[in-house]
Amino acid sequence: MTDALWYFARGSGVISLVLLSVVVALGIGARSGRTAFGLPRFTVNLVHRNAALLAVVFLIGHVVSLLFDPYAQLRLFDLVVPFAGNYRPVWQGLGTLAFDLLLAIVITSLLRHRLGARTWRVVHWLAYLCWPIALMHGLGNGSDNGTVWLWTISALCTALVLAAVAWRLSPSFTRFPQRADRKINPALQEVR
Amino acid sequence: MRVHIDWTACDGRGLCAELLPELLSEDDWGFPVARGDMTVPPALEPAARQAVDRCPALALKLITSDPARASS
Repeated sequence: MTDALWYFARGSGVISLVLLSVVVALGIGARSGRTAFGLPRFTVNLVHRNAALLAVVFLIGHVVSLLFDPYAQLRLFDLVVPFAGNYRPVWQGLGTLAFDLLLAIVITSLLRHRLGARTWRVVHWLAYLCWPIALMHGLGNGSDNGTVWLWTISALCTALVLAAVAWRLSPSFTRFPQRADRKINPALQEVR
Repeated sequence: MRVHIDWTACDGRGLCAELLPELLSEDDWGFPVARGDMTVPPALEPAARQAVDRCPALALKLITSDPARASS
């Protein structure tokens, strides 16, 4: 039983990382305003959202199984307070930090219509911080950090996200590159 | 019920025109263009709500037409 918790924690952690990489790539893809894989824009948007919610489910499984794991010996506050753990506190703390950031991103997204577009967007940019922290946590903390398969998965995820970010920064990223940049009176932005 | 577009917020991402093709089309730059007076027929209410929910810029609103308020 204790081994089952440990295996489940490792597996769900890896699945979360893969899902989060796909979510970041889809989020960038959705921002381009282009259709992808024959899917309309709103579908890309919805797949981005649903994959993110699925990642949260696996992440909660990852965290809860480690809470009850006799080796990990997590205390309840270790789930939200980073860098206080007994076992590899720095690497484990990175995971806690990524978990906190993801919770902030997801909760603000679910409350987007109440918070307004600007607050939501500022918090959503934390995804660019959350993803690399989650990646480092997976590579540094896990008992699988020396295995070929974990490094392969991590390398593929990194390649996916880096390709998406490179595309994001390229001039031909949006559907209408010739559009003038939006210039909004800062006073008007507050209204939303 | 009518769809209202906040043009200070709209970024022309094109999701609303996909979700409400009966009411909205796209101009050459990807911004929504009203086909009619943007009144939402009852059959399109779920689609209109989804368009409001999915707009990345939160630029869409549904305005319930209240006859009492409109006349005052």
